[in-house]
Amino acid sequence: MDNVFVEALVRALAVGTPLLLACLGAVINERAGIVNLGVEGMMAVGALAAFAVASASPDANLWLAVGAAMLAGAALSALHAFATVTLRANQFVSGLALALLGTGAAGLLGKRYEGLPLFNKVPDWTLGGLTISPFTVPALLLALGLAFFLNSTRPGLTLRSVGENPAAADVLGVNVGLIRVLAVLAGGALAGLAGAFLALSYRASWADNMTAGLGWIAVALVIFVGWRPLRAVWGSLFFGVLYYLQFRLQGNSPVPPEVFSAMPFVLVLVVLAVAGRRGQQGDAPAALGIPYLRGER
Amino acid sequence: MRFVPLSSPPPGRAALVTLASVAVALALCALIFVFYGVSPAEVYSTMLRGTLADPTGLAEVGRRTIPLLLVGAGLSLAFRAQFFNIGAEGQLLLGAVFAAGTALFVPLPGPLMLPAVFVMGFLGGGLWALIAAWLRRLNVNEILSTLMLNYIAVAVVTYLIAGPWKGKDVRGYIYTDTFPGAANLPVLGGTQVHWPTLALGVVLALGLQWLLSRSTFGYALRVVGENPGAARYAGLSTARIVTVVALLTGGLAGLAGAGEVAGIHHRLLEAGQISLGYGFTAVIVAWLARGNPALCLITAPVMAIILAGGDLLKIDLNMPFRVVDVFSGVILLCLIASEVFVRHRVQWSRA
Repeated sequence: MDNVFVEALVRALAVGTPLLLACLGAVINERAGIVNLGVEGMMAVGALAAFAVASASPDANLWLAVGAAMLAGAALSALHAFATVTLRANQFVSGLALALLGTGAAGLLGKRYEGLPLFNKVPDWTLGGLTISPFTVPALLLALGLAFFLNSTRPGLTLRSVGENPAAADVLGVNVGLIRVLAVLAGGALAGLAGAFLALSYRASWADNMTAGLGWIAVALVIFVGWRPLRAVWGSLFFGVLYYLQFRLQGNSPVPPEVFSAMPFVLVLVVLAVAGRRGQQGDAPAALGIPYLRGER
Repeated sequence: MRFVPLSSPPPGRAALVTLASVAVALALCALIFVFYGVSPAEVYSTMLRGTLADPTGLAEVGRRTIPLLLVGAGLSLAFRAQFFNIGAEGQLLLGAVFAAGTALFVPLPGPLMLPAVFVMGFLGGGLWALIAAWLRRLNVNEILSTLMLNYIAVAVVTYLIAGPWKGKDVRGYIYTDTFPGAANLPVLGGTQVHWPTLALGVVLALGLQWLLSRSTFGYALRVVGENPGAARYAGLSTARIVTVVALLTGGLAGLAGAGEVAGIHHRLLEAGQISLGYGFTAVIVAWLARGNPALCLITAPVMAIILAGGDLLKIDLNMPFRVVDVFSGVILLCLIASEVFVRHRVQWSRA
């Protein structure tokens, strides 16, 4: 009995880690008022950049690989920042375009890496009998740090003010555009990091569509956790458990496997509907999704 | 840099901005091809030569125009009502499922079969979109809900063709039995252009344009989309209009799905084979047409060239089909980023 729980926890932490990283990134940019639906694309380019750099450096310079992934994610999100902050484009459609472009470009440019093994996989840690990825601990610490940053520091307050009431922040001398751009870049970097986890630790290989919808789950997760970093920890663990069940119950139950593959998506819908029905919008930033234009009401 | 609103944008400006943004998009894609290691000139000439200068290629463009036209015309309407339906892919699949179910299991006299297949296809797609419209009343963003419904639709199709609807003539692949002859659409000689669906697409695109610009419902729809506050003040029910729009837009995607299975495959098969990403490409078709269903008569063939061209790149240049997603993503990004230039001019001085 014990083993099942331990296995469930280990697996939930593994799948939950990229969800948590990407979700925290989305919390940052959404708290600044910018929705970025392109998480799936930024994760894909992050995974590819990490894999490409890790395979090109045989002396296992994994820091470089992780850095490249974050840079790639941020670079892709820079397009979103330019389109939505500078040109005030529709954030939802821009994010969708980013998801298409990111998964497409990663699939195209990554073709040559398909099926190749990664020789320098990031070794797992063993903590108190649990085998966990070294990405998991920083992700958890990041959630703590981000909660502290948003709630208890002055820059955190500035970030939130830009998402709540950009006009008021502007009057107080805050550079709304700059803060929003930085927040979008941070979101992109964290989505890229989530991709790096997939390519360096979780799978230790590269394949087209290896993000497999995790990015979209992360986008929904932000709403589920009410834009709160600490709740994101529990939220991603919850979806991690769900993925574990999907894996565990497949094959040894009379229920067709398609039910399990559809389950995370059905659950996202149910969760969003329940949260929406209760009118529970958590800490939804008031100016979320709305372009800011100085002097416009 | 500042954007100064133009009080009355000149009529040609939108078209000019659209053309310019597509040109920028093609240049950006060229950059990605250089990274990939092929010459952009080779990519573009392969695509154009194999689609427009070749009868077989032209037929392939025509085949892909059909679903893009139907889905795109429907989405134009949805976007005008600010109902951001990203789930046309799933609605198309459910349309195919309902159509296939009718063709395979409902004994109908010959002449009634095809109309029934189309009606059921419309219903399948429409009902799938209605789920999102209903969830929107519970404050669930339709971009997320329609997207999740896409993944669920794929699971539904896989379940049916691997389970209860699994056919007898299977060789490694999973699909249903072949439809009876009465459920097969006629095609233009030697091609896969199922012309009844094409005709339906042309008629519906023009019909929706009429609905949007001439009817009371279209007026209400535009008010809801452009000024929700005014709509509320005028007593227009946004929820009701969104429901009708969802039914129409999903229904048209469902018709496209019915056309694909009844016109080309004659059976229900794997989701990735029924649709080559028509649902997403049609988002661009609708956006290029700036929300005018009739203009999809031009923009659908344009995007069909990119889809058919993507196939050629796969065969002739051995490129992964993902190249189509790159085109789609970059074109969409450039299109919406350029939106601001339609109604504003740029002033290059500090305010």
